[in-house]
Amino acid sequence: MITFLPKEFFLFDSLTIFFFAVIGLICIPSAIFSIGYLREEALKKKLISWALLAAFILSMCFVVISGNLFSFLIFWELMSLTSYFLVVLDYKHEKSIRAGTIYLVMTHIGTACLMAAFFILYNYAGSFDYSAVKEAAFALPPNIRNIIFLLLFIGFATKAGVVPMHIWLPYAHPQAPSYVSSIMSGVMIKIAVYGMIRFFVMLLLPAPAWWGAVILVFGIISCLVGVIYALMDHDLKKLLAYHSVENIGIILLGVGAAIFFAARGVIPVAALAMCAALYHLVNHALFKGLLFLCSGSVYKATGLRNIEKMGGLIKTMPATALFFLIGAMGISALPPLNGFVSEWLTFQAFFSGAVESQGAVRIFMIVSAAALALTGGLAAACFVKAFGITFLALPRSAHAREAKETGFMMKTGMALLAVPVVIFGVGAGFIAPVILRVSRAVLGVQNVEVSLYLASVLPVLIAVVVLGTALAVFLWFRFGLRTGQVRYNTWDCGYYALDSRTEYTATAFSKPFRIAFSFFLLPYHKSEKMRDSFYHVSKFMYETHTTLVFRKFFYEPLVRLVYSFAWKVRKLQPGSIHLYILYIFITLVGLIALAAIF
Amino acid sequence: MLNTIMVIIGKVFALAIFAPLVSGIIRKTKNTIRMRNGPSVLQPYYNVRKLFLKDEVISKNASWIFYAAPVIVFAGSICALVLVLMARPGHLVSNSAAILIAAFFVLSLGRFFMALAGLDAGSSFGGMGSSREVFISSFAEPVAFIAIFVFCMGGGDNFRVSGVLAGFALFMVVIAETSRIPVDNQETHLELTMVHEAMVLEYSGRSLALIELASHIKQMVFFIMLSWCLFPAAGTAPWGWAVFSAEIGVIGIAMAFIEISVAKMRLFRTVDFLSFSFFIALAASIASSLGL
Repeated sequence: MITFLPKEFFLFDSLTIFFFAVIGLICIPSAIFSIGYLREEALKKKLISWALLAAFILSMCFVVISGNLFSFLIFWELMSLTSYFLVVLDYKHEKSIRAGTIYLVMTHIGTACLMAAFFILYNYAGSFDYSAVKEAAFALPPNIRNIIFLLLFIGFATKAGVVPMHIWLPYAHPQAPSYVSSIMSGVMIKIAVYGMIRFFVMLLLPAPAWWGAVILVFGIISCLVGVIYALMDHDLKKLLAYHSVENIGIILLGVGAAIFFAARGVIPVAALAMCAALYHLVNHALFKGLLFLCSGSVYKATGLRNIEKMGGLIKTMPATALFFLIGAMGISALPPLNGFVSEWLTFQAFFSGAVESQGAVRIFMIVSAAALALTGGLAAACFVKAFGITFLALPRSAHAREAKETGFMMKTGMALLAVPVVIFGVGAGFIAPVILRVSRAVLGVQNVEVSLYLASVLPVLIAVVVLGTALAVFLWFRFGLRTGQVRYNTWDCGYYALDSRTEYTATAFSKPFRIAFSFFLLPYHKSEKMRDSFYHVSKFMYETHTTLVFRKFFYEPLVRLVYSFAWKVRKLQPGSIHLYILYIFITLVGLIALAAIF
Repeated sequence: MLNTIMVIIGKVFALAIFAPLVSGIIRKTKNTIRMRNGPSVLQPYYNVRKLFLKDEVISKNASWIFYAAPVIVFAGSICALVLVLMARPGHLVSNSAAILIAAFFVLSLGRFFMALAGLDAGSSFGGMGSSREVFISSFAEPVAFIAIFVFCMGGGDNFRVSGVLAGFALFMVVIAETSRIPVDNQETHLELTMVHEAMVLEYSGRSLALIELASHIKQMVFFIMLSWCLFPAAGTAPWGWAVFSAEIGVIGIAMAFIEISVAKMRLFRTVDFLSFSFFIALAASIASSLGL
């Protein structure tokens, strides 16, 4: 009889059902989108893509319903590997291979941490089952609990793309086909958040307050760093990937605050914060999935990912533009769409947390709220850039000029995500209580009264007032005030030669931010003059770049260290068979000696 | 319930109608101090009327965003006014912070569309204006949120150190958000210094009229919030509406004095300006956590 095999294979509680809903909400539209996206591919590639996609989605489902550490780990690894193969699907590009390698290395560092934590837990619980783990967790020595927390946090944070473990995300997500990016960004990184909630809130009880504080601080760092990098990036998919880092940060703000206040015994605030986090989780899945699908649609139509070469697509691709606008409004937290409700709930959690506490905690909550406000402002700025440069004004290249609207299947996929973005905003009155119930169940506090304040009324009120006023103005313009309209050239100061080259660019748009955050971005410039003669410059090149701080000052030295160590180890392996026989002999003697001792 | 709704609708109309007058008073005050005659306080009304009666010129490059933006900006500022009126202090504490923050979100809805419209015509003026506008507002928003949090935690009905500090921080935010000197200048059309004006440069006729009205109303929204922070006790006084008008007038005249007594800053100095206000807001939150 093998004793370590778990007895509880599956688990169905509110949290798993919630995550099942999230997986279904995103994966079905993405799969429909993939039919259109892969239409011109060869049958073999289609089959491989869909088989991998199905395996990927299934493995995510199984991670969520696993009832024990063992199968959690197996399906977690399966999820990582299938998504790796989806990233390198386009294996002829060197970029894909590179992105895949970074992803594979980072995700396995995370998995290694998880494995270590799970084995420590197994050691104490004597079983892989969640119920045994939960029971054993109460009796764990504090330092062991903290080590387990740190290992699990590193493991999950790597998968979630929390700064500074985000390094793989802006490479892997853009390189995958768009329907996969939408699932990876929309759902897969949320599975890591599932892991955090499952272990820190539901299994390793009671969680001390500083765990929550750590998660909160990493959330703040992630959301600020993510959005600043997103502002600087002009590759449409990479920009969206950085926004995933930002939004994971926002979700962690809620999760961290929930753990923090649950530990301090302020249960209503904890439930509100958890509700905000879960709400933002499903919202981010919706609008990020939508935005990635839109970027795929733009990529199919133009073959471009650099927004500096796009422009004017709202005229040639009106449907894609509208869907992108809805997604952009959602992610910028504009009322009455869904991002507004969840960010506003997060503010509510911070505010009621600040009201309930004194001293340093109150200042901590207020500063967290300020960080969230700054993030929101910068995210809105970034999406003004992303939408404005991509879709508005004049096309900046021939590819953009000749773009055609995408096919029916792709439009259906996008529409299936765009409609919930609106519903989850305006219909918050129906959805917020359901999510609050999940959040209560997660915290195990079904009986505590939690006020959602005006979450159910406010979006509807705003929608009614804004749409009502807009309609009144529109009717007045149409029927009351009949002044004329003239279409003419854009005002050009009498220059008469405005074209797409005189438009504002994304680089110019983000320049104020580049200067304001220069202490972090460390921008540098390169300029080069090519001369015909001393007096005449024929060509002038000017480039501006920003330094990726974490990569340059942390990962690159680390990789160099690993390489130099590897070079040293290499001396052990000179290729002489005699030496290898000697190694075998020494090992054998060593083992016999060991066996003799024990 | 119905009664309250009718009262709020009535107040919204009254305040929206008087909003341009506040701008007129500020302009008149500035001119008086500079020993100029200047236009009458009713000039903003004449401007809006003139613009509503004119034909408009629309760029050939523009899309439907360009048509929609002024309407959304106007509707957004009306909605913000409604929300602010619902959040009178003295109500339940958490709710008023919630509603005031929602008002900021609604204003950012309008700003988002305005910034898109700035990019829509394909002129670099518009793009420059959009970029600068979102730049300034993204730094102003955190300060405003802290100030609102601190103010609402104080309860809002009596004088507190934290409330005054929050009011001071909010005042600096209002300078930035209503495009006033030293952050922006409403009266300039010089390309190096324009922010808000550059963004709306392509607009004319009735669309421009809507945008101007919207900025008057937005200014009113901010002045109402300021009046709560700076004169907390006045809300309960008899002759409420007279006291309230006096408060708004005082804030407007103070704004005019600030505008004529400082020079406009370079764009990148506004970061310093707003970080200073951030630290004042932080001081307010420290004061509030000490119970002051």
